[in-house]
Amino acid sequence: MNLKIYSFILVMWILMLIGGGLVVIFVGPFTFTPDIEPIITSGVKVIIALFLIFVWLFTLTKVKNWIFKSEVKS
Amino acid sequence: MEEKIIAAIIVSAIAFFSIYAFTPVWIKFLQKRNLAVKDVNKKGNIMIPRPGGISILLGIVASEITLYLFFPISEILAIIITSILGFSVGIIDDKKTMGGWFKPLALAFCAAPILLLGAYDSNLDFPLFGSVKIPSLYLALVVFMIPIMGNTINSIDVLNGIASGVTTIASFALAVSLFIMQNYEIGIACLCLAFASLAFYKYHKFPSRIFPGDSGAVMFGATYGVIAIVGQIEVIAAVAILPAVINSFLFLSSVKKIVEHREIKNPVKHTDDFKLKSTDENHAPITLVRLLIAKKPLSEKQICNEVLKLTVFSGVLAIITAFMMGVKIQ
Repeated sequence: MNLKIYSFILVMWILMLIGGGLVVIFVGPFTFTPDIEPIITSGVKVIIALFLIFVWLFTLTKVKNWIFKSEVKS
Repeated sequence: MEEKIIAAIIVSAIAFFSIYAFTPVWIKFLQKRNLAVKDVNKKGNIMIPRPGGISILLGIVASEITLYLFFPISEILAIIITSILGFSVGIIDDKKTMGGWFKPLALAFCAAPILLLGAYDSNLDFPLFGSVKIPSLYLALVVFMIPIMGNTINSIDVLNGIASGVTTIASFALAVSLFIMQNYEIGIACLCLAFASLAFYKYHKFPSRIFPGDSGAVMFGATYGVIAIVGQIEVIAAVAILPAVINSFLFLSSVKKIVEHREIKNPVKHTDDFKLKSTDENHAPITLVRLLIAKKPLSEKQICNEVLKLTVFSGVLAIITAFMMGVKIQ
């Protein structure tokens, strides 16, 4: 059981590192043409960031369900 | 450097010994006034004095003010004010049970000193990949960080010694990370939190002599959150406290709404020998404790030790992350 929770923490950590990389590489430098309002660029960045958070949470929910169900069954 | 070492020793001693000396006095004060709650995980009707937040407030504020005398920078001032505001939100909840939305909303306002004092940098640093400048998004992060950290520590405060133990380990990991990144002033400020929580842990560990209450737990989280922001180590701070983050995540993903913890079904019950075992209730939330006892019942002390071991593991990951901050993938 404990090994699974330690693995869960490790998966969270790796996902944070990967997510950080995606933010730095894709979200940070993202810009439209100069005549577009900066607020629109920020809005799009927020949407991309929220999407990444959704993917992060979705993945963790799947891992959590797998851990809990496998523990209850065993 | 010599001045910083002297400051670190003095403020750490103030944080530790003020709480170490004051807490027994505060326990007697609370006992005299019958301000105690039942420890539901003990046999019989054992009453524990609560809240211990005032003791924690004394230690953190006294040490941080002393640090401000050494280094009068806006970041330390932001830590002091945000910690006091975090305590205020918690003590309101201690005195009168508020709705589930009260704490997140009130704690969001606690981020005001950070913004007003300009004690933040809108660059968000990530290990291996460098930093990203996100001014608008970062403002939202500052506002969300304090409620998230405050509630994260508060929601793990379910067994003897967990809130103070987790804060102690995570704060020491954060302080080491700040020293690795050569952010010495905020690193020393983080030592104040680490030694304050360590001193309180002495009285809060199993079997508890005092509970921190919402005022203590929320203040721990708010102080931890503001240090993460002013020290520009938001990602490392999140890593160091991952077991508490997992607990909040498990809770929210099973309850699917923000509620006051008193309103939900208890996810654990007791065996005849008063060990904790997972409930059979389908609608009870999944928490870190429930996950730990899903296979077999454990005693309260065993569960506390497991949670603290998990925090040590995430603390090590946080320090590794701090080293990785200096490495860049081209």
